Amino acid sequence: MKTRLSEVQTFLDRTPFARFLGMRCEMKDGELIATLPFQDKFLGNVAINALHGGCTGAFLELTAIAGVFLESEMKQPPKPINITVDYLRSAKGEDLYARAIVHKLGQRMASVRAEAWQGDDPTKTVTAMQAHFLVSDAG
Amino acid sequence: MSTGESQNEMLLEVMQAHASRIMESVPWAQALGLRLTRLEKGRAFAKVAWREDFVGDPDTGVIHGGVLTALLDNLCGVCINTALTRPKSMATLDLRIDYMRPAEKGRDILAEAECYHITRNVAFTHAWAYHESRDKVIATAAGTFALNDISRWASGNAAMEMASKLLGGQS
Repeated sequence: MKTRLSEVQTFLDRTPFARFLGMRCEMKDGELIATLPFQDKFLGNVAINALHGGCTGAFLELTAIAGVFLESEMKQPPKPINITVDYLRSAKGEDLYARAIVHKLGQRMASVRAEAWQGDDPTKTVTAMQAHFLVSDAG
Repeated sequence: MSTGESQNEMLLEVMQAHASRIMESVPWAQALGLRLTRLEKGRAFAKVAWREDFVGDPDTGVIHGGVLTALLDNLCGVCINTALTRPKSMATLDLRIDYMRPAEKGRDILAEAECYHITRNVAFTHAWAYHESRDKVIATAAGTFALNDISRWASGNAAMEMASKLLGGQS
């Protein structure tokens, strides 16, 4: 698992958009935790200091990709088919964390849920995403 | 013409006159270089240029889905105000994106959004992203938004706050 995690990190490091976001991944208690350190450019509403929904969505999509990648033997990153994002609470202008739960990893498709939170309470989900990916290396 | 219709036209005119400022006050839209290109009643059009740092798959140069999410989410939000009589502040409730085909390396992405139903509290929208036309889409979106009174919940958008003040005396 540890070598696979380093492969996930290598993938993120060589993916321009993941670098643009500045996200990173680590294992905590056997679980993949993604972190998005706050930057001013992530804001969508300056007046209420809220992150842009598109930024939270992008971070969750990358977290879901990393989650699938970690559990598979794929050489290429999974390709997104669709995503549904639920904005449960306003995400504040501070660091964002996320985890991915891979519900099903089949021969061709993967179904993943990714959840984001802020502060020290992972159960207080700020934004949740349900995503489907194409996982076959043949495309 | 009814009062509602004339107020909607006035709001639309203010938004059209200040279209560039609507995106300017949204940092993430600025960071991605989202540009509004046209506003009509209930519809909004935008453009984002391909950039190296948007790439999600380094082997193919295909743009990451997150760029499309931001583009379509923002545009859906903007198109709602073009259908209202008074500007409102809004928050995305949920957003569904279907990825039909990858965006081609080096090409601009165009998008349009349509607000097809509004209630007192919620607005329903659809959006499309493509290179040339809606016949060959890159991605489609369905978004629902919670509407909030701009005076009680700041939109953070200078252009919309100004429109709100301009139209303030006519409720």
